[in-house]
Amino acid sequence: MTSATPLDIDQLLKDPAIHIVVCCGSGGVGKTTTAAALGVRAAELGRRAVVLTIDPARRLAQSLGLTELDNEPRLVTDVVSESSGGSLSAMMLDMKRTFDEIVEGHSDPKRTETILANPFYQALSTSFAGTQEYMAMEKLGQLHARLGQDHDWDLIVVDTPPSRSALDFLDAPRRLGSFLDGRLMRLLAAPARAGGRLSMRVVNAGFGIFSGVLTRILGATVLRDIQGFVGSFDALFGDFRLRAEATYNLLQSDETAFLVVATPESDALREASYFVERLERDQMPLAGLVLNRVQPAASIDLTAEAAIASAQRLETRGRTHALTAALLRLHAERVRLRDRQRHLSERFTAAHRDVPVVAVAALAQDVHDLESLREIGASLHASDDLVS
Amino acid sequence: MPDDDESPETRDRDWEGVRLHVVTGKGGTGKTTVACALALALAKGGHRVLVMEVEGRQGIAQLFDTTALPYAERQVAVASGGGEVWALAVDPEEALLEYLELFYKMRRAGSALRRIGAIEFATTIAPGMRDVLLTGKAMEATKRTRDGKPVYDAVVLDAPPTGRITKFLNVNTEVAGLAKVGPIKSHADSVMAIIKSPQTAVHLVSILEQMPVQETVEGVRDLRAAGIPVGALIINMDRGTALSPTQLKAALKDSLPRDAIARSLEEAGLAHDTKTLTAMVEELADVGHDHNVRARLENVERQALAQLDRPTYTLPMLPDGTDLSGLYELADSLCAQGAA
Repeated sequence: MTSATPLDIDQLLKDPAIHIVVCCGSGGVGKTTTAAALGVRAAELGRRAVVLTIDPARRLAQSLGLTELDNEPRLVTDVVSESSGGSLSAMMLDMKRTFDEIVEGHSDPKRTETILANPFYQALSTSFAGTQEYMAMEKLGQLHARLGQDHDWDLIVVDTPPSRSALDFLDAPRRLGSFLDGRLMRLLAAPARAGGRLSMRVVNAGFGIFSGVLTRILGATVLRDIQGFVGSFDALFGDFRLRAEATYNLLQSDETAFLVVATPESDALREASYFVERLERDQMPLAGLVLNRVQPAASIDLTAEAAIASAQRLETRGRTHALTAALLRLHAERVRLRDRQRHLSERFTAAHRDVPVVAVAALAQDVHDLESLREIGASLHASDDLVS
Repeated sequence: MPDDDESPETRDRDWEGVRLHVVTGKGGTGKTTVACALALALAKGGHRVLVMEVEGRQGIAQLFDTTALPYAERQVAVASGGGEVWALAVDPEEALLEYLELFYKMRRAGSALRRIGAIEFATTIAPGMRDVLLTGKAMEATKRTRDGKPVYDAVVLDAPPTGRITKFLNVNTEVAGLAKVGPIKSHADSVMAIIKSPQTAVHLVSILEQMPVQETVEGVRDLRAAGIPVGALIINMDRGTALSPTQLKAALKDSLPRDAIARSLEEAGLAHDTKTLTAMVEELADVGHDHNVRARLENVERQALAQLDRPTYTLPMLPDGTDLSGLYELADSLCAQGAA
């Protein structure tokens, strides 16, 4: 049997050199809950933590005192006593506002106004698949820049957007950066910068076909909007690219730790494998795997087969035994579930031997208050036996 | 091969007339599994059904135990009575090139566009373009005919998750942000006409937990507000209730008759000594208690779903996970409940 190295979450959270913890994984595995629980635990251990959530379920958000997108961390009260030195803040990402702020911060008021009013910009900042990932990274960069300043934070816990594809999250910054800075944009921008000799050469080479095609597909109005946007956004392009690269480098640095979150199911673990491999390929510092919703082992030694055989026997012997028979069947179900989960986690561990794992027991109900976040945070430290 | 069930003609089917089945659900609820099971169910009795995925995860190939799907329709399974399930993984870039070819005869311009990054721009960055290409492909497959007859009797779309479904399907609103007039706008309008018609039904998959149910409730509300037809609710991975209502109540109060359990265990020959017996009784009482806490919460969620007033199907949790035979089992269950 392959057994995984236990992942010591407390040690990770206590490490003063760690300033960023990124939780990633596929949708529905409890990623946001894990991020919130890590924040609570970190505060208990004396860190001044801020949790950056992307799209939390309403009740989870409420448990952190978040009622709307506010784009600025708010202190969560009643997590730890002030004397402990720890604190917890939380925020929900407002994608459009983050984008608007970048524009405001990098251009004069008049140009800002032009950009914000452009229909193409409005579409891009609200619905572009990838803007969310990009803005999450942008916000992370902003929070990181404030680390260490008075009353701010010393640990940022990031919940990643629920991208279905493992690649999106790491690719988005570079993709947007290279797109904004790329050849297509120069082509689009060319007419707006009439006169540039280099631009005109490019225009002659490709713009004829290109604008013809775009006009036929999109219509002339759209093309004008895009060109208007590109024209006024021009000055920000280089900056976008630099910021995307800076964030990427920050993620690769020693002060960052990635946690891959999964549940012991084949789909989620397959996604987790992709994440692990991708993080390794990009040389991102992977701390380990958090395995949520693990069925704990039974406290007695009774196999599923034996339990079912006994249940069948009892069922033939009258109604007085019906309850015990039903309970034995439930026990068998639990044992089978546990066995299947173990088998799947072992398969993951066999393929990724160096990835430490911590398991979190399945809870009977959804998490929506600080108390349960506290329990999960504590169990992240104390439940090594679940995976062994 | 004879069909064990009633013939499809006489069976009471809930979705007669629906040709495009869109399946959505929160991450982790098993929407791909349900989409594939529904495709198998619809194929029963000699129908040809296409199941499509749009998120590049190759989930369909995994379930049908086949190699990764190319951007080409391929048969992946058979159903009773000569039914066929075909599958397609839609790639937005390929779909765009195909669209250019189909509507503008411009496939050759495609490679030039790809070189300067315009294809990537259109499929990943231009707001709404990607979705209109993907839904457009689903519409094309639904409407496609050969010799005057539809190529597919039904198309099942394994769609993006519940949180994004209305936006994904409401393509003309999305594209309106980009184009108020023009060819792409007319294309979006024609896609929208099919999506809002009775030929389409959006089915929502949930499990009986608070967050997925909450998302389902919100998803149904958004779809209705957008005028998109809501189909069925599918409760997936249901674990059933092994205890009777009285037993459930007793378990929750922690007043399960331990003496009686102990006697039954002795009767079953499971208790070899007092220590083992006590441990076993405690374990079973604990199992009963947990089960009951869950059953009660599940009941709350079941009622929340019932208030949405849609046909609801329940699919069991498969003890050994979903494999191909499990998929057929789920398909049978969907048929028995009138889904196909």
